Amino acid sequence: MTAAAHFSRRAFLQGSLGALTLAVTAKGWITTAAAAQAETRKYGADSMPGGTVDDPLVFVSIAADGAVTIVAHRAEMGTGVRTSLPMVVADEMEARWERVQVIQAPADEARYGNQNVDGSRSMRHFLMPMRRVGAAARQMLEAAAAARWSVPVGEVKAEQHEVVHLPTGRRLSYGDLAADAAKQPVPTGDALKLKARSEFRYIGKEQVRLVDLEAIGKGQATYGMDMRLPGMVYAVVARPPVVGGRVRRVDSAKALAVPGVLKVVEIPAMQGAPAFQPLGGVAVVARNTWAARQGRDALQIEWDDGPNATYDSAAYRQTLQAAARAPGKTMRNQGDAAQAWAKAPDAQRLAAEYYVPHLAHASMEPPVATVQIKGNGAEVWTSIQNPIAARDAVAARLKLEPANVKVNVLLLGGGFGRKSKPDFVDEAAIIARAMPEGTPVKLVWTREDDIRHDYLHTVSVERLEAVIDPQGQVQSWLHRSAAPTIASLFAEGAKGQQMFESAMSAINMPYRIPNVRVETAEVEAHARIGWFRSVANIPHAFAAQCFIDELAHRAGKDPQAFALDLIGPARQIDPGALADTWNYTESPERYPYDTGRLRGVIEAACKGAGWGRTLPKGHGLGLAFCYSFMSYTATVVEVAVDDKGEVRVVAVDMAMDCGPQINPERIRAQMEGGAIMGLSLALTSEITFEKGRVTQSNFHDYEVLRHNASPRVIRTHLVNDDHALPPGGVGEPPVPPVAPALCNAIFAATGKRVRSLPVRKVA
Amino acid sequence: MTQLQINGSTQDVNVPDEMPLLWVLRDELGMTGTKFGCGMAMCGACTVHMDGAPVRSCLTPVSVATGRQISTIEGMEADPVGRAVQQAWITQNVAQCGYCQAGQIMTAVSLLKATPQPTEQEIADAMSGNICRCGTYPRILAAIQQAARQLAQGAKQ
Repeated sequence: MTAAAHFSRRAFLQGSLGALTLAVTAKGWITTAAAAQAETRKYGADSMPGGTVDDPLVFVSIAADGAVTIVAHRAEMGTGVRTSLPMVVADEMEARWERVQVIQAPADEARYGNQNVDGSRSMRHFLMPMRRVGAAARQMLEAAAAARWSVPVGEVKAEQHEVVHLPTGRRLSYGDLAADAAKQPVPTGDALKLKARSEFRYIGKEQVRLVDLEAIGKGQATYGMDMRLPGMVYAVVARPPVVGGRVRRVDSAKALAVPGVLKVVEIPAMQGAPAFQPLGGVAVVARNTWAARQGRDALQIEWDDGPNATYDSAAYRQTLQAAARAPGKTMRNQGDAAQAWAKAPDAQRLAAEYYVPHLAHASMEPPVATVQIKGNGAEVWTSIQNPIAARDAVAARLKLEPANVKVNVLLLGGGFGRKSKPDFVDEAAIIARAMPEGTPVKLVWTREDDIRHDYLHTVSVERLEAVIDPQGQVQSWLHRSAAPTIASLFAEGAKGQQMFESAMSAINMPYRIPNVRVETAEVEAHARIGWFRSVANIPHAFAAQCFIDELAHRAGKDPQAFALDLIGPARQIDPGALADTWNYTESPERYPYDTGRLRGVIEAACKGAGWGRTLPKGHGLGLAFCYSFMSYTATVVEVAVDDKGEVRVVAVDMAMDCGPQINPERIRAQMEGGAIMGLSLALTSEITFEKGRVTQSNFHDYEVLRHNASPRVIRTHLVNDDHALPPGGVGEPPVPPVAPALCNAIFAATGKRVRSLPVRKVA
Repeated sequence: MTQLQINGSTQDVNVPDEMPLLWVLRDELGMTGTKFGCGMAMCGACTVHMDGAPVRSCLTPVSVATGRQISTIEGMEADPVGRAVQQAWITQNVAQCGYCQAGQIMTAVSLLKATPQPTEQEIADAMSGNICRCGTYPRILAAIQQAARQLAQGAKQ
């Protein structure tokens, strides 16, 4: 597969922005992008492979008994889309939710539209198509009833699984009308009548539970890990401990002697940029997972570590730090920050550096895939965010027509960006190819595999420099990021953060500062750099939001008042005016940066937390905020720090404005979960390398937040439920403000600045 | 041949003595409600009950389970405490991805059997061996408190 094709898998890397990202050394790339796209640029869902589909005959079927089946075409990884999108359809079509069954679509973007569950896009891109699906189905049922009764369609109304003839009160059930309705023309354009907001039964209410909720509690829900087929065999892979390494010599004799082990299969080494390739290594196939693991332990492998054998996190941090202190590539420039800095007296200067380490996703279900080859086709069962990428990887590997590869999408036991990459499905295909035809192979990653061989969140040093005048006004702002780029995954040797990374909370900040410069340092990647829930917003918002707090204290002002003053009055800013030509692929007209909405969430979070109240000794409140994935979030954390420096999170208040709130109950769940994931990375999680190898291996040394460290109180504040606004993302936006809010709270409690994650404890 | 008592019925399996119970349940018996999360008793996803006590099946050799009463998530509906906990889990909309929830429920059931009215601290302590990466801890706390209340009311009637 070409690098360009790989780029198309992630909307960050879409279209000419993606192509441009490939030309990483190209000069003047912002203007190139603008020129290339001025005429033809498509935005949002239209820019995604497959776009959107709103044909009711694709998504809805009604049985003669009235049972309504709605297709969920996006994978469920815990955000609730498998419930929320069908719920939108059911609402518009006036179906009774208890009569609705949801079925999961296989990979088929030509039929269903884009299926890449990533970038907090599911509701953003499919709210309106799913509303149109439901509304069209409702109107077709009404038309069928009107025809049956020979009355004008204006006299009938769909209502809770029935169509009523208003003048006479006659009723026909959806089951009675199903066959006729399917033959009605599909209404489009002006003929399509969406519900008024006052008519919603499920949208914006808290009536609908997860479709899988009961099955989950009974252990009956089927995740990728739970796939079983007759004659299935199980495989695990010993992978090169260093990215880019390869097998020099392998002795399989002892592995093959383990009872239950059937076969040993070599996985070819990765070539060039990692993309979605398997890392290579040696697979052991056995009658069960445990025998396969025993077999793997018995392999004797000599590795050639390759060019990343010296990757060392302590040394690399020095590299990043040095890079962050030297001029980098300009991503945004306004006024003259360098001159303002040079002219300012020391007393008006403030500089700080922030560090965020590599992070592993560590979804509770490690990567897993089952592949069965049948003649000129193959069938796949897996838990994956991007089913089409899995289909294409398997088709390419097995030299099959993509149409002959069926990818069944099972529930994901978490994803967080890791399961966008189908490398593990490709591994399963390689192993299945080595087995007698028709043998289903389940490839299981162990937790150690998951921690050691992840597509990691980048590692970064962020340097900020500001000039703040005696009146407390910020006169200049420099933000320089030094972090390996996700582009290195697709283009070998790519250095320096790209537009789509800088446009996640580095360049696109709306503060009233006359001199602004944002730069990125060109540093090399030595690991597979992937995307982790909220991506580059994590380090950028951590640095910028802690720095604003530092500036507030330097100015002697309350951090909330200082932030609101820096943001200024409510106004809509063209992202292009902030040098942001990416805007999460969305139209700048449709999705401007709205400082009024940002102010709104800051005020809501502060109000919820009782900002300014008197706190017990050792407690502190910290504020941070972020605009990401077209949604606005603000978080206030209350911490208690004891005299040994142990940090306890007392409470979290999180406010979000995601525009229309479609399934508020699940939005709150994402906010609570985002708070906890944000605290995990803030407090305890860190991946480090020594001699090219990941130091951590399991939950004892890659620590994530546990129940006893979780705040007892997480208050969520949903604001501005405005259906006139286009929808914002929900899954990722809760994460970025959490870590800076925590560190700002620690400062408020102790007077000590923590600029390096994870915090662990306050020194 | 190893004989196991699982959820009240007898199962025969032909596996090595040292094979962990988790893989016997999942791969040999097809009982996939019990989840694999870490393989070293660090995450709790594989929690089952052995003679009523919670154990991590990923590190429990099948030989140790022989002659004991094993309960898994699939057996919780038949257990009054299990049923109350499952119901509370639904009422509180606990699950996000749901993968860890079987283990969470198994630990919660054993907590409530040993400590019918746990304090918040006792809940936090008992549940801290079970990781949820989606971050459902606040709702787990609420669900356990709700189940405890319901069981107490049921006991009075």
